[in-house]
Amino acid sequence: MSSKTKTMWNVGLIAALLLLLFLLEQVIPSGSMFFTVLKKGAIYALVAVSMNLLNGFTGLFSLGQAGFMLLGAYTYAILTIPVESRNSVYQYFDGGVIQFALPVPVALIAGGIVAAVFAYLIGLPVLRLKSDYLAIATLGFAEIIRAVFQWDKLGPVTNGSNLLRSYPTFKSVLYPFVVAGICIALIVLLINSTYGRAFKAIRDDEIAAEAMGINLAHHKRLAFVISSFFAGISGGLLAMYQTSIQASMFKSAMTYEILLIVVIGGIGSVTGSCISSFLFIACSEWWLRFLDNENLYIGSFHVPLLRPGFRKVVFAVIIMLMVLFYRRGIMGDKEFSLEKISNFFRRKRGKKEGKGGASHE
Amino acid sequence: MSKENVLKVENVTMQFGGVIAVDNMNLEVNRGEIISLIGPNGAGKTTAFNVITGVYAPTNGAVYFKGDKIIQNHPQGKMKKLYQGENPEQYAGQHVMAPTPDKITRLGIARTFQNIRLFKSQTVFENILIAKHLRRTSNIFTATFRLNAREEAQMRQETEELLRLMELEDVRDELATSLPYGKQRHLEIARAMATKPELLLLDEPAAGMNPQETLELTQFIGRIRDEFGLTIFMIEHHMDLVMEISDRIYVLDFGKPIAEGVPEEIRNNPRVIEAYLGGADDE
Repeated sequence: MSSKTKTMWNVGLIAALLLLLFLLEQVIPSGSMFFTVLKKGAIYALVAVSMNLLNGFTGLFSLGQAGFMLLGAYTYAILTIPVESRNSVYQYFDGGVIQFALPVPVALIAGGIVAAVFAYLIGLPVLRLKSDYLAIATLGFAEIIRAVFQWDKLGPVTNGSNLLRSYPTFKSVLYPFVVAGICIALIVLLINSTYGRAFKAIRDDEIAAEAMGINLAHHKRLAFVISSFFAGISGGLLAMYQTSIQASMFKSAMTYEILLIVVIGGIGSVTGSCISSFLFIACSEWWLRFLDNENLYIGSFHVPLLRPGFRKVVFAVIIMLMVLFYRRGIMGDKEFSLEKISNFFRRKRGKKEGKGGASHE
Repeated sequence: MSKENVLKVENVTMQFGGVIAVDNMNLEVNRGEIISLIGPNGAGKTTAFNVITGVYAPTNGAVYFKGDKIIQNHPQGKMKKLYQGENPEQYAGQHVMAPTPDKITRLGIARTFQNIRLFKSQTVFENILIAKHLRRTSNIFTATFRLNAREEAQMRQETEELLRLMELEDVRDELATSLPYGKQRHLEIARAMATKPELLLLDEPAAGMNPQETLELTQFIGRIRDEFGLTIFMIEHHMDLVMEISDRIYVLDFGKPIAEGVPEEIRNNPRVIEAYLGGADDE
């Protein structure tokens, strides 16, 4: 397949997907769990891909993603709360200091930029660290950010430890899909550019990469800042999805969830991160819900063990099994592509025809 | 052959704590030459390479490339007291120059490694393509939005050309680590060549090779020197290879240069023989 037809196929596929979503929205009631999963899945897919850019493609083991999402979410919320609702939201801080509201897209990008600026500053000292040490430093940063945003003295801006709410949100499932889709497409373009190749070189062998003229500090900082930018945007989307946010939501457990998605999907695979994000969210929010129901009967048989919270046990077991049997994740470091599928079927058909011919002789 | 000086190492001492790895080394490499650096294990050969390529900043001394000073340092801080090498005052008070390895590569000095360091998850083609990143003119935005299509195409074309010249065309799409050992060495040299160097540093290019492969490598090194107009400076243990293609040889023992000359002189130099065969310690 030439690259042009490949792009056409991909564009066609995306258009078909969006159309399908649009049609489903007309049919299925909007409160359905199905859409909850799709919305949250799309948002997590974006942040998982952004984390993969860092962990999987540049080889920097960072655990600061929740912190950057918090920055994006807060920036978005603070900048978009309508002026007339500010008094009720910031009721303990006399309406807050910010008395304007920006359009939604501008605020989303601003969220990304704020996260990126923080990433740049924090990156100056911590990117000298390697592997586990970097993970600890970034994790610490995320925790500090969370604490700082709950600080009363910053209340006029951040509303302290109170909820931020009444900002514009989205209704249609198409919104997170389109925004996350555009962002992921940008990340893919970056990964396939000469800079992406340099990132992968750093992941494979830092010393060799530096000897090939790749400026380590510069490229690591680039990857860190870009990853944080997209984490910030996904934070903004998450704020829209949740309709109200609070700094205490962005715990380190959130970073681990994202890390889990990246690992299950395959470290170094963008499509893997996307697929596993939807599976993860569906499992944790939807498919296993029935396990929490204490009075589940199959026929007249009362299923034992079930009680509220039991799904988490099953979920943990599923994840352990996943990691045991798919050690490299669902996709490994391969990408899902139409071309490979069509090649697979063509080969299969070729084999069949070959066999058919042999049997005739 | 003109006698233009490409690399000059001046009074370089590298001391780690109390251990002197390279002791007041002086050497010169002229354009178009193939120079070998030999010496017993632990003599400081690779350390010398690491100083020239910016992996370590020397404790004392200076390095010149094409007549320009690129590296310079003098004992500082704790080293002031610890320093046991020569000329401790010569570079004192002068500007410290300690560029990172990528800056050295940009200047036109490329290297290979003693233990092969290829980009493991990448194909042969991608390994070489990565080295083209160095001479880019695009920034991250133009690269992401594919506004650098012409440059990208040129990078790929140059890579294809280099693959052809290096006889790696037939393994173009194979994973770098799946190649046989000799080919991996080839690829590592090809990758260094892709940065368009003027001076190529080879760290034991024939390590682990059988005689047949060594012979091929000998011809290969001679050929790339002539075809690309390179200057080559290498560390090597295979004496056949060293004696065959070197224009001059430097011998290092315990961090100190003990001899220098054309292969014939080195072969008959009693100090070299002593260092290699391990004669009496008192000279």
